[in-house]
Amino acid sequence: MGPTIEPGRLARRDLIKRAAAMGAVAVPAAALLSGCAAGGSGSTKKDTGTKTAANPLGVDKNAPLDVVIFDGGFGDDYARQFEKLYSKEYTGAKVSHTPTQNITGLLQPRLNAGDPPDIVDDSGNQMIKLDVLQKAGQLTDLTPLLDAPSIDDPSKKVRDILMPGTVQIGMVDNKFVTLPYVYTVSGMWYSGKLFKQHGWTAPTTWSDFMSLSAEIKKTTKIAPFAHQGKYPYYIDVAIMDLAIKNGGQDFLTRIDAMDPTIWDEDAAKNAIEAMYEIVQRNYLLPGTDGMTHIESQTAWNQYKAAFIPCGAWLENEQLKATPSDFQMTFMPMPSLPGDKLPATAIRGGANEFYIVPKQAKNAAGGMEFMRLMLSKKGATAFAQTANSLTVVKDGVDPTVKLRPGTQSTVTALKAAGANVFNPTYVNDYSAFATDMDNASAEVMANRMKPAEWLKTVKASAVKAKKGS
Amino acid sequence: MRHRRYPFIVGFLIVPVALYAVLVIWPYIQTFGYSLTDWSGESQTMHFIGLKNYTALLSDHVFLTALEHNGLLLVFLPVITILLALFFAFMLNVGGQGRTGGVQGVAGAAFYKVVFFFPQVLSVAILAVLFEAVYRSDAGGLLNGVLVKIGLENSQNPIEWLNDPGTVLWCLLAIMVWQGVGFYLVLFSAAMQSIPKEIFEAALLDGAGRAQTFFKVTMPLLWDSVQTAWVYLAIAAMDFFALVSTLTPGTAYGGGPDYHSEVLSTYLMRNFLYFGKSGYACAMGVVILFLTLIVSVLALRATRRERIEF
Repeated sequence: MGPTIEPGRLARRDLIKRAAAMGAVAVPAAALLSGCAAGGSGSTKKDTGTKTAANPLGVDKNAPLDVVIFDGGFGDDYARQFEKLYSKEYTGAKVSHTPTQNITGLLQPRLNAGDPPDIVDDSGNQMIKLDVLQKAGQLTDLTPLLDAPSIDDPSKKVRDILMPGTVQIGMVDNKFVTLPYVYTVSGMWYSGKLFKQHGWTAPTTWSDFMSLSAEIKKTTKIAPFAHQGKYPYYIDVAIMDLAIKNGGQDFLTRIDAMDPTIWDEDAAKNAIEAMYEIVQRNYLLPGTDGMTHIESQTAWNQYKAAFIPCGAWLENEQLKATPSDFQMTFMPMPSLPGDKLPATAIRGGANEFYIVPKQAKNAAGGMEFMRLMLSKKGATAFAQTANSLTVVKDGVDPTVKLRPGTQSTVTALKAAGANVFNPTYVNDYSAFATDMDNASAEVMANRMKPAEWLKTVKASAVKAKKGS
Repeated sequence: MRHRRYPFIVGFLIVPVALYAVLVIWPYIQTFGYSLTDWSGESQTMHFIGLKNYTALLSDHVFLTALEHNGLLLVFLPVITILLALFFAFMLNVGGQGRTGGVQGVAGAAFYKVVFFFPQVLSVAILAVLFEAVYRSDAGGLLNGVLVKIGLENSQNPIEWLNDPGTVLWCLLAIMVWQGVGFYLVLFSAAMQSIPKEIFEAALLDGAGRAQTFFKVTMPLLWDSVQTAWVYLAIAAMDFFALVSTLTPGTAYGGGPDYHSEVLSTYLMRNFLYFGKSGYACAMGVVILFLTLIVSVLALRATRRERIEF
């Protein structure tokens, strides 16, 4: 963990104390709201510079910048790369770097004291909920960032270089107050080395997938398919990807609106029946239904299974378990006959939320930091150090060498083009999603047939619709 | 002197009773209050809905399944643990074949006592990690590995212990028994050692065998300890949260496959934190509180016997 006390911050706190004594700052009354306090009156002096074409957000070139990073699955090294970019631009600014796993513990007291950092990666188990922060008036409106020219091509605004859907996800109460920076795609994964060795090619249609599975089963000791059975969320993503690609935009809109009639239609039926075929033909890795994500993914890394469904965090998660010549490769879920979306369509969405606190002294600097994160250099640095993609469209420099898995997601995302989808029902209807998890696990364990699955899921959808 | 005794006692008790009231009683009352609302847990807005949460509980099949599982555990956990612990305690203290006569445990009793007690010092988190490896669903698991090695099972079709509706609850029960036996063994041993040796020797002289000594002498004299153990184990059986939430499949606090290992506490937590139905969860909490109280009282009542002084 990084230093918790750092001289610059102390000095600033002193300054505020003195200002408070002179009555320049309204001392925040003990107005402790739930979780985080509504801070002072916001009359603290902000560090701002003059806005110019090169400095569209009006950053004070010499103002210090205070960065707090969630030290989780992505580590915190990538943030040092961003800080280097910032320091290069603003040589006079002192940039401080604080990694932590306990965002609430670090942020809450500083918000209450009216002395928050300038940019925070509000993530992990201990994140402060964004709607709570917004209600307490603690978030800077980041619309100026969206309307600022982008670093790489000043003729384009920042909002125009983002992946579709990013701005929407960053909205709380109809205001763009948080930047979801990481872009995660989901689909299926295989070992490039294994496939090359046996002369297999990645299937694009479900029937190709089934015939390749048959060949794998017949000619090798490898199981065609593994999944993270203890957490049925993973297999649900795969089933719903099949369904959404089959039913198209219409299906997606209606499942997010919790329309129970979609479970009577073909898309859902085709998807679950396709998945059940894997079970029926005994293509599952023995024991996979009871395995944790780490157990199943590691078995897959040990060439015990050919395919596994997962999100793009897989490569970083399995970094230590993956053999160096494994050639981890991503592919979209294969297409079913009659699919409305093309075979290249994939699930993709933005997450990992960055904020600029309202009372940040150097709020302009915090936003400028985000603008740098959204440059190609920033996105490339993130892909290299955190092995994940960002919301910057085509953000990764093609000449830079990435890990094979991350590289393959870049290729797949490019091929998908506008055909990316991101269902939201999982967050909006958690009881429904849990019911589906349970039913899918039963199907995978061959204790439930597809018809019963459809019935169970529909019943749950009816209940969820009524409850909302 | 009697009239000055009460102020004296009250003087000592006021601080702990006040603490108890503020930290235990008051939250219980609050929980009861919340259980009458549709509180979501995310904000302070809520509406009074009367006993609706309680009536909803009665028709909630997951809740009833969980209740049934807690009921099963309530019967089997105390019975199996106490019987095993009594048996081992008897063998370690009285069951030895004396070469020179007299009453003693089997050879190496002191060593066995440490071995048996050992699981008790492991935290639940360690238990979870340990038994995740034991019950692993493929041939890499300890249990499946052994079964495959001795040819009782095909490695292509392993038993998914924790993902099988028929085995999951019993697997969890086995962990609790394994962990608990050592503790109650030590408890019963201590109680047995306080029984005068002459009683055993007299039984021995009268020609009583091991079984007779156990049932006619040891058991009746240990009844107080057994009663205590019963209450503790019954309360443990009402909980089971840690094992279910860490070891079993399912979204948010386990309970799977398809609710086959669901217990009241995991269902409560899922409603409270994951589904945003905190008022409903509070109603469950109130029901669990009363069930636990009833169970404790019943356990004490049912096991009440005449005390034997020695």
